[in-house]
Amino acid sequence: MTYRLAPIDTSTFAAERAAAAAGRGVDGGDFTVIGSVVQRSDARGHVTGRTEFFEDVLPPRLAHLKMHRSARHHARILDVDLTEALAVPGVLRILTHADIPNNLYTPLKLIGVGPDDEPILAVDKVRYLGEPICAVVAETEAAALEGAARIRVAYEDLPPVFDVEEALKEGAPLVNEYHGQNHFIYEGHHCRRIRFGDVAEAFARADHVFEWRYQSAPIEQAPAETTGCVVVPQADGRLRIHSDTQACFFTLDNTALILNTPFNKLRIVGGTVGGGFGGKVDVVVEPVACVAAMAADRPVRFVYDRAEEMQVSSPRAAERIYIKDAVMDDGRIIGRKATLYVDAGAYARHSPYGTTKAAAHLPGPYAIPNVWADCHCVFTNRTPSSAMRGFGVTIADFALESQMDRIARALDLDPLRLRLLNAYRDGDLKAHRKVAEGTALVEVIQKAAELAGHELPEAYRRMSSTTREGL
Amino acid sequence: MPSQIVSLVVNGERREFIAAPGVTLLASLRESLGLTAAKRGCAQGACGTCTVLVDGRPEVACLVAVETVAGRSVRTLEGVAAGGELDEVQNAFVDCFATQCGFCTAGMIMVAEALLDRDPDPSEADVVEAISGNVCRCTGYRPIVIAILEAARRRRGAVSR
Repeated sequence: MTYRLAPIDTSTFAAERAAAAAGRGVDGGDFTVIGSVVQRSDARGHVTGRTEFFEDVLPPRLAHLKMHRSARHHARILDVDLTEALAVPGVLRILTHADIPNNLYTPLKLIGVGPDDEPILAVDKVRYLGEPICAVVAETEAAALEGAARIRVAYEDLPPVFDVEEALKEGAPLVNEYHGQNHFIYEGHHCRRIRFGDVAEAFARADHVFEWRYQSAPIEQAPAETTGCVVVPQADGRLRIHSDTQACFFTLDNTALILNTPFNKLRIVGGTVGGGFGGKVDVVVEPVACVAAMAADRPVRFVYDRAEEMQVSSPRAAERIYIKDAVMDDGRIIGRKATLYVDAGAYARHSPYGTTKAAAHLPGPYAIPNVWADCHCVFTNRTPSSAMRGFGVTIADFALESQMDRIARALDLDPLRLRLLNAYRDGDLKAHRKVAEGTALVEVIQKAAELAGHELPEAYRRMSSTTREGL
Repeated sequence: MPSQIVSLVVNGERREFIAAPGVTLLASLRESLGLTAAKRGCAQGACGTCTVLVDGRPEVACLVAVETVAGRSVRTLEGVAAGGELDEVQNAFVDCFATQCGFCTAGMIMVAEALLDRDPDPSEADVVEAISGNVCRCTGYRPIVIAILEAARRRRGAVSR
């Protein structure tokens, strides 16, 4: 096998490099990083096993927390019986919703998004399979598991809804009473909308109209290290939270609001994350572990097992996207209509934001003069979805670029030329009323074509993001 | 069943500790001996993050009841950098950017050590086979495979550092 170690382009900043190498110039010393191999600052810790992950923290008298979770997709809770669970040797405490100071929250309230729509521990209803109901705190992990298994919950089943379009129909079961309907409200509107130009006029005069449907499944981030934390009560009454959250301050602020405690009562020790990919942005383990640590007055560890990570940690949302395009014979797209549904699952978490991102991303990196989009953030009885690598954008791109390829195939056009013809240029007004600047799609496609040995005619090779040449 | 005193040779030193019945080698290393380099990723033998060497063979420590390996020799990542000096595999992982979040690294390095102990000149296919029980979710496997081949070259002295 042949391979190279870190190929480096040192052609940039040649003069500054030379000056730095010669030890001259005021700024010369600043130009030593780009274009040279820089060791990761954490690599030595990783290869020696000395990097401290949260689960490597083993304080004395550590207690363990395990969750009793909903066995139903959608049900009223009639009764919770803790008798048998409390009799398990080693069980210290069992927390219910009544033990959580502010049991109702939504993580984006920190940036003014509401309403609070999710209980830390279920109160009178469960809205998805695996929703936390009671937290068992015990001397050992085994005792906590045994206790959780012995909690008896009586349910009255409610009809569940699992499909985004079904959920929006009249008469669909209401998933989340805090919203009052099965979708998020955007400033008084039923969805996040884009209205740009006149798509009806574009469809009327188009040579071709193409409409296709795209559907993605939820995607679990599946980090190697599962979600968790260790909370250690301090002598001064503060709580030290060792966590693998991707969002230390976000977690601290939300946890403080849930505990109804000043922010300075909490300290997060974090930053070392055994893989996250967006899956460790929600605030799901720290608040209840903090309450447990205060109730038991002992350090408490709450960490998902692999099954919990796969089942209840929030995945990338499933999306359904309909795209209808008005296209001329030469491949110019003169109108695009998109209807997009994000399956938020039972609670909002970060999906209202993800849906807005999806809307802002439409109609893709193309200058289309007439755009209409309705982007719905929909509540269903599925596992709440949330952040994952470019959420809102990634699945929209899958749909948009699949659509471009299908149009090219239908009109027997080169898919790269179709894109070059429609690519946005600097100065174009985008559908959400921002002016495109610093665009480079034209150049990227040209370079990709060159590297792939894909022939482009001279007129397409001369196109540029900064001019209208060839349009 | 009562707890028992278990004795292991860990990274060349004899260590004794009290083990509850059925406790795993992973829990013993991490909680009784304070050796936390081996990680719990799945606790069901599927991800390889807890891999250590038992008498030189890679084992997923989360599935090994510690009393079944009493008296045997266990090597963990803590025992690899002798005297604080990184070995060829560790250095190659650093140089080839084969670490990202670091969670799979201990297991990857231990299977690499076992492979190179057995076969100083592995093929790429041998390396892929050796790490086939270890999950990485960040870098992808390419830099890890490259690092292990690079470590083998360095260890054979074919390439000076």
